[in-house]
Amino acid sequence: MIERAQHLAAEARDAVHGASSTADLEEVRVRYLGRKAELPQMLRQVSQLPAEERGGAGQALNEARRAIESAVAGRAAELEEAELVARLERDRIDVTLPGDPVRELGRLHLITQTRREIEDVFLGLGFDVAEGPEVDLVHYNFDALNHAPGHPARAWTDTFYVSEDVVLRTHTSPVQIRAMEAAPPPLYVIVPGRVFRPDSDATHTPQFHQVEGLAVDEDVTLADLHGTLLAFARATFGDEREVRLRPHFFPFTEPSVEVDVSCFQCRGTGSVDGGRCPLCKGERWIEILGAGMVDPNVFGYVREYGYDPERIQGFAFGMGVERIAMLKHEVPDLRLFYDNDVRFLEQFG
Amino acid sequence: MRAPLEWLHDYVRPDLPAAELAERLDMTGTKVERVERHGVGALDAFVVGRVLEAERHPDADRLTVCRVDVGGGAEASIVCGAPNVATGQTVAVARPGAVMPDGTELRAAKLRGVVSEGMILAEDELGIGTDHTEILVLDGGAAPGTPLVEVLPIATDVLELEITPNRPDCLGVYGVAREVHAATGAPLQAPPWSEDPGSAGGVEGVEIEVRDPDLAPRFTARRFDDVTIAPSPPWLKARLMAAGQRPINNVVDITNYVMLLTGQPLHAFDLDRVAGGRLVVRRARDGEEVETLDGEVRRLDPDVVVIEDAEGPTSIAGVMGGARSEVSQDTTRVLMEVATWIGPNIQRTSLRLGLRSEASARFEKQLQPEQAMEAQAVAAQLMVQLCGARLVEGTIDVGGPGPEPAVLALREARVAGLLGAAIPSGRSAEILRSLGFGVADGEVLSVTVPHWRRGDVEREVDLIEEVARIDGVDRLPATLPARPDRGGALSAEQHARRRVEDALVAQGLYEIQGWSFQGPSVADRLRLPEGDPRRGAVRLANPLSEEQSVLRTTLLGSLLDAAAHNAAHGHPDVRLFELGAVYPARADGHVPAAARGPAAERPGAGELPDEARRVGALLCGALAPASWRSPDAPRADFFAAKGALAALLDWMRVPWSVQSAREPFLHPGRCATVLLDGEPAGWLGELHPLVAESWDVQGAAGFELDLDRLAALAAARAARFRDVTSFPPVRQDLAVVLPAEVPAARALDVVRKAGGDLLRSVRVFDVYRGEQVGEGRVSLALALEFQAPDRTLTDEEVAERRTAIAAALAAELGGELRG
Ligand SMILES: [Zn+2]
Repeated sequence: MIERAQHLAAEARDAVHGASSTADLEEVRVRYLGRKAELPQMLRQVSQLPAEERGGAGQALNEARRAIESAVAGRAAELEEAELVARLERDRIDVTLPGDPVRELGRLHLITQTRREIEDVFLGLGFDVAEGPEVDLVHYNFDALNHAPGHPARAWTDTFYVSEDVVLRTHTSPVQIRAMEAAPPPLYVIVPGRVFRPDSDATHTPQFHQVEGLAVDEDVTLADLHGTLLAFARATFGDEREVRLRPHFFPFTEPSVEVDVSCFQCRGTGSVDGGRCPLCKGERWIEILGAGMVDPNVFGYVREYGYDPERIQGFAFGMGVERIAMLKHEVPDLRLFYDNDVRFLEQFG
Repeated sequence: MRAPLEWLHDYVRPDLPAAELAERLDMTGTKVERVERHGVGALDAFVVGRVLEAERHPDADRLTVCRVDVGGGAEASIVCGAPNVATGQTVAVARPGAVMPDGTELRAAKLRGVVSEGMILAEDELGIGTDHTEILVLDGGAAPGTPLVEVLPIATDVLELEITPNRPDCLGVYGVAREVHAATGAPLQAPPWSEDPGSAGGVEGVEIEVRDPDLAPRFTARRFDDVTIAPSPPWLKARLMAAGQRPINNVVDITNYVMLLTGQPLHAFDLDRVAGGRLVVRRARDGEEVETLDGEVRRLDPDVVVIEDAEGPTSIAGVMGGARSEVSQDTTRVLMEVATWIGPNIQRTSLRLGLRSEASARFEKQLQPEQAMEAQAVAAQLMVQLCGARLVEGTIDVGGPGPEPAVLALREARVAGLLGAAIPSGRSAEILRSLGFGVADGEVLSVTVPHWRRGDVEREVDLIEEVARIDGVDRLPATLPARPDRGGALSAEQHARRRVEDALVAQGLYEIQGWSFQGPSVADRLRLPEGDPRRGAVRLANPLSEEQSVLRTTLLGSLLDAAAHNAAHGHPDVRLFELGAVYPARADGHVPAAARGPAAERPGAGELPDEARRVGALLCGALAPASWRSPDAPRADFFAAKGALAALLDWMRVPWSVQSAREPFLHPGRCATVLLDGEPAGWLGELHPLVAESWDVQGAAGFELDLDRLAALAAARAARFRDVTSFPPVRQDLAVVLPAEVPAARALDVVRKAGGDLLRSVRVFDVYRGEQVGEGRVSLALALEFQAPDRTLTDEEVAERRTAIAAALAAELGGELRG
């Protein structure tokens, strides 16, 4: 009996190994361990054996059964995995079909995206962000910025008027004055915001956006303006960029400069693939903003708030947000910014 | 300002190609917009010729076949159409290969069967005049074959300059020459007015009276007799043409030429047509009329200065001459007037009358009185030389030269302190001298400002600018401000506004930038009733158009405009938002931030609108694009808008709620007021179908909130840690049947109050109306979550709260628990 059990166990183990599917294996299991199979029947007969034989036989038979069960379980795991692998292999999708997003993402407007990029550069340089009203007083927009009473920028052709003393601000510069009225020096702020001028064509919209900068301290210099704007230009247009200051005239700065950045399309060479660079028109430089040292007359308007032109000095600059965005992203027409066409909006932000 | 190099070279001749000169001027503050080539090209092909023989063309009456000596023993057969061509003339010839001013290249051609090996030229064909009726006949001095460019200025580079408003002295060729001298170091010739053929004292037969010297600081006049009106010589015409002025006749050309050279406009009167030989300078009377040179009759006001003779006004001072005393073909006596006016007044006059001229453009920048006599001197030379005129003794001069020159100190330390780089005093002195300033050396430079810079250089800082720009601001080092004390940061409100943008982008909304102005009809299209504060829009005094004439009071119009634009371009399903300003007229008693503080005292402070920031969103049509898996996306409606709003406000951690409300532009049954921290702060709802129709958009819903308030609330609420893991929550559902008119929010309020601190959250997860709950009743299924921060809740505690909630719902709202 014991021999028979050992024989059955060996035979069953071979059969288990020979099973090539879970169905096969089930058949093998029934054949050796099923109700009517030999080994279970022998197990049931153990109780009828003489007492002295029962222990040995029972132990041998149980061992044989456990050996078969363990072989079946082991083989079952192997076969199930193989069958899963085969099933998965057959379960193929077209991975090139479009995805189905949990939720489509929206977009920031290119103006906001650009404004944030500019803000972040200057935040890193130690400037705060100041803001002011878009409808403002002539005092802040012109008078305190040293625009003579007859200055052409004040004309109705150049400024939207609400009344004799109230205008839609033509630049973010009035916030310079408001910021100085609000806090004594040292003052390091940039002023992003919407401004207005009565012009409308491919390069002018009656509203657009600027970022103004103002640094006032005891020892801020024109060279500091140079370094600050160089840092800005490199952060915005690439680490290899240079900036160039060019003398100019603005009523509220003295000296005044226009600031050029070396062309990032032709890398300042003026030519691309042997032809004239389309971005800088072969000039090698691109004008990006106006700047200068704050005119002492401007401080004269805020002297009582701690701005004594004999004690402090400062620089100021102003740039067009749309202009920076157009340069960076090759947007050809300013009016696209205000059509709010989703086919435009989805390209940025 | 156009500065022909050929002309400029009379006074300064830098050894630089035009492009390099332009760059150098650019880098010293005189912006060169472009360098233009004026005149002809391929100069070798233009020569002096002599007509050896001129015969009528065999097949064309109007053409002449000429045999022309073109030098070097060569002859050319040239067909000419001009009536004045004749044997023996010295003429200007273009040979094949010549490039004409319009850029075309000349080739040998057959004209009615006769070969023409070139062209005998008229002045317009050389770009040196406008006459096309006759060929140019040169004087006989030049030999055939001489390059034409040696005889006539037929080609020059022209610098197109942008002169900033502070530099009227550069509105003349000599002023530009001074800048070129300072910028390049090339020697500067003496000014053309160094020799004045005139004399001082009264002028016989002419009387001038200046009644308003405050508007006419200087008025000078000279008399020229025996004037012969004729065309100007080619060299003068050529310079005018290159500078962009059409030649007229010698006297008018001289006034233009002298203006272009000195920057100072002049006016030539026909003295015989100045009634009474007397000019009076005075303010115009209100409503007074004058006929200007362009034939228009202009109505004037007392801020306009006129020059009148015995018969009334003949010209508008500084802006335009009158037709009556204009120089004509018959003029023999000229009164040359050169005056100084007040710039802003001229600018105002020119704007008011819509009249802008080369003269007014210069006067409005404020010319200096000394310039008047400079122009008189040059004009006198030319009148005598070119018009055969006799300069009558004397010069009328009312007002005289300007004030004594200012003397300014320039400290070396101040230069370094402002620029951040040292420039030695010696270098500063050299630069200032090159610009015409007088400099006395010393520890501190003592600098005398020349009259032509009087209006622009008044302080030490102005001198520093002069020194810096010529020395080269592009050479300054790049340093950063030395301020170690702090870094920059967004304010909490600014940071909150960025989070608002990000939250809406994350929900699939596209940001737009709408117009701050709109048409007045938008208020009607939004169905705003009379008296609605949002109708009180601020109106622009000078809008570009009626459609952009008032400032917006809500973002909704902008959002609808954008949605309509996209719908019209095939994209009706859009989800949009904007953060921007609105500008309602001021409500009684409310003072906007812009008018507080020091601004309160300023003129106009009371007229500033109630400018405020808003955030608005508009959802139209399908909320997501149809995909191959989900062809039917949900569509925009009240709850979609509310979902977006809820996600935004919850993320901003601002306490909020909504109440049923009405807005004229919203569906009356699907409209709510949004409360932030208990205070109304905006609207939420589905658009009124008639409003949607007015913009041609479909199925739209949205919201608009007071962004300043939202940002302030968010800024005041820092996120603080709340324990979620230590003690487990107990979740229970509860269904309550309520009268249908009880708002869900009210039920939730009651539940929250009754639930007390242990009720961590409650939310509606099902709403049922129907037979099972009966007419006029609604069943709300609520998910409750109880949790304590310091212990595990017992079943008894939870049961007690639940009972309290049920009791409160029953007592306060007539609710009964279901199932
Ligand atoms: Zn380039």
